[in-house]
Amino acid sequence: MNLDFTPEEIAFRDEVRAFFREALPDDLRRKMIDREHLEKDDTVRWQRILNARGWAVTHWPVQYGGQAWTPAQRYIFQEEMALAHAPEGSPFNVNMIGPVLCRFGTDEQKARFLAATANLDIWWCQGFSEPGAGSDLASLKTSAVRDGDHYVLNGQKIWTTQAQHADWMFGLFRTDNSGRKQQGISFLLLDMGTPGITVRPIETIDGGHDANEVFFDDVRVPVANLVGEEGKGWDVAKHLLGSERSGIARIGLSKERLSQLRSLERRLADDGTLTTAEQQRLAFKLAEVEVELRALELTQLRVVSADAHGGGANAAASILKVKGTEMQQRMTELVLELAGPAGLATAAHGAPGDPDQGWIAAAAPFYFTMRKVSIFGGSNEIQKNIIAKTMLGL
Amino acid sequence: MDFELTDEQKMLSETVTRYIAETYEFSKREHALRGDEGWSREAYAGLAEMGLLGLPFAEEDGGFGGGGVEMMLIMEAIGRGLMVEPYFATVVLAGGVLRHGASAAQRAGIVPGLVAGEHILALAHDEAGIARHTLAVRTTARETGGGWTLDGAKIAVIHGQSADTLIVSATTGQGLGLFLVDARAEGVSIEGARGYDGVPVASVRLSGMTVGADALIGTAGDGEAILDKVFDEARAALAAEAVGAMAETFDITVDYLKTRQQFGVAIGSFQALQHRAVDMLMQLELSRSMAVLAALSLGGEVDQRRRNIAAAKAQIGKSGRIVGQEAVQMHGAIGITAEYKVGHAFKRLTAIDALLGDRDHHLARLAAMGGVYAAA
Ligand SMILES: Cc1cc2nc3c(=O)[nH]c(=O)nc-3n(C[C@H](O)[C@H](O)[C@H](O)COP(=O)(O)OP(=O)(O)OC[C@H]3O[C@@H](n4cnc5c(N)ncnc54)[C@H](O)[C@@H]3O)c2cc1C
Repeated sequence: MNLDFTPEEIAFRDEVRAFFREALPDDLRRKMIDREHLEKDDTVRWQRILNARGWAVTHWPVQYGGQAWTPAQRYIFQEEMALAHAPEGSPFNVNMIGPVLCRFGTDEQKARFLAATANLDIWWCQGFSEPGAGSDLASLKTSAVRDGDHYVLNGQKIWTTQAQHADWMFGLFRTDNSGRKQQGISFLLLDMGTPGITVRPIETIDGGHDANEVFFDDVRVPVANLVGEEGKGWDVAKHLLGSERSGIARIGLSKERLSQLRSLERRLADDGTLTTAEQQRLAFKLAEVEVELRALELTQLRVVSADAHGGGANAAASILKVKGTEMQQRMTELVLELAGPAGLATAAHGAPGDPDQGWIAAAAPFYFTMRKVSIFGGSNEIQKNIIAKTMLGL
Repeated sequence: MDFELTDEQKMLSETVTRYIAETYEFSKREHALRGDEGWSREAYAGLAEMGLLGLPFAEEDGGFGGGGVEMMLIMEAIGRGLMVEPYFATVVLAGGVLRHGASAAQRAGIVPGLVAGEHILALAHDEAGIARHTLAVRTTARETGGGWTLDGAKIAVIHGQSADTLIVSATTGQGLGLFLVDARAEGVSIEGARGYDGVPVASVRLSGMTVGADALIGTAGDGEAILDKVFDEARAALAAEAVGAMAETFDITVDYLKTRQQFGVAIGSFQALQHRAVDMLMQLELSRSMAVLAALSLGGEVDQRRRNIAAAKAQIGKSGRIVGQEAVQMHGAIGITAEYKVGHAFKRLTAIDALLGDRDHHLARLAAMGGVYAAA
């Protein structure tokens, strides 16, 4: 056992670090530090910079633009990305539809979509959830009825993140009602410009607009846009949802937030905003979350290491999602506490040019929006069900 | 970066775990607890035969030169078996002082007997009415006629009643000193008691007791530096022991959830209990990570070592409490009974938190050190 990175890994880290330092535009870094909402253009711009370096879709198969990195390299890359305040690119493109097309796509689909997806020439959204089908995703109802060489879609999706920007959607639709509910679901790709699609915004508690309702009214989708076999969309979706092991806990992000918390704490202590008693209590609370973060970080590294040795630490891998999201939420809670009354007004309260002003103002929206991480991607309750069943045999 | 055990380490872990499971089943432990000394000489001799008592000592002292990871594996196995024998007191605590401070002559006089399981040692440091888990003591050592005279009172001396030799901390005027004291010498009185976890503890009184100059370990001011290291090693060992006790508790509990029937089904089919079992698993895995971190930090840079060890101790304090409490709760009334293993593990986990600084103590230390992560 050994905690140190190898010289090669350190060299890799330095290379990644240098790249982020030079390649990440200053205005983007500033937005990330201030927790400002990223515009579509911001994400596109950054993903193209990454893609030009060959680092936009690193976990795809090498033949489609991926990198044959070791688990440790992946871990380092993600951590450096977070510490550099770099955005992550579009998860729908990079982590979801890309890998699915690499695995299940026809040659035609691969040729048409993969390179464009990696470069964010196509902006994807994910149409899975419906008003009646969230955790119980397989109970979805939106129908796709075969009509010649088209499917005709009717029904509604909900919570569709960034559908307002999307060029294309990948989604699950019911092509057959007769069997078990997991059967008869098909995975389709659709152009968001197709007649009959209506996107309606949903405002969320952070005051933002990311989520949407999407309505389908006799929307015609070519059969050529079916991924995998008709009625076998559930298998495709399971592949997509089987999240990547490394990085799922977002330790890098939490670490970066922690260092911001620390510097804000010092500042508020120095300028007298915090009483000594408050300072002590806060130092104690910070130590508390740091201990847990350290434990989670080590657990993540154990998983990375086990992966490098051909797997094994399964139990640890599933813990990462639940614990990691709890951690992220705890961080935002602390930021809000620390911001105190200054965080009440989202407009600027600080002195002009105050480097912390932006993210103090963002503390509350950030806290509210981060409540989502334990809900989406399989809620933490669902994660626990899975762990109980597959690992504990309960 | 690598978290894999070497083949030898794997073998060590498997052998020790199996040996303890086979020779130290729960009824044996209970029998040992009821004996005069509260532990089993036979079981301890078994550990000696396997070479485990000599593990951390250098080869020239008759040991095996094992490191933090080996110690972690042994302590985890001891934790699983809930062993009450004086491994921690003699090998980890007192043994640590010998390794880090004793002269070759002192080691030559003691280590062979220690390794053979015949010489029991205990570290007498804690005192009543003084800041806990610090290096401060009121016990005094005065230089008198070529030797030292010791006066003071110690509490919570683990395995103190069985000790042949005590290592006593005392202020010397030149800093903290550590002294080898024959437990049966004149001027030493020892009063034994049982810890709630079954492990014997003792109060020790030293009244004008005299030792020779050769009883001093290192020089008169070395005590702080030695204990600082030894306590961190001991905390790492306790973290591993806690992981063993938690793992055992967790396994028993999951097993119980699968077998205990209520309302016509196994209680493990109730989601309210499943999620709590998953929470236990998470605490166990986080603790395991921290035990590894602690073990690997021992040889490292001092500041980082202190932070890592404090973090590990804080984590296992919390995890041990959650795992213990949940296990008892999910067992229902059987979990409360004195004859059931889970309750004993719970008690040991509780004691581990109390030893060498509990969760709050270490969180406060971390807060004072500026946190877990050294400032970049
Ligand atoms: C910000 C955000 C963005 C999203 N983006 C998208 C997107 O782009 N595309 C998309 O398709 N979907 C998206 N989703 C939807 C997301 O996948 C669902 O919200 C999620 O699957 C949970 O479904 P639900 O909201 O219907 O909750 P429900 O399934 O109704 O659950 C409600 C509560 O009950 C609990 N619960 C449900 N079943 C069980 C059970 N068996 N045992 C214990 N507890 C249970 C849940 O954990 C939750 O706490 C997004 C959600 C959010 C919050």
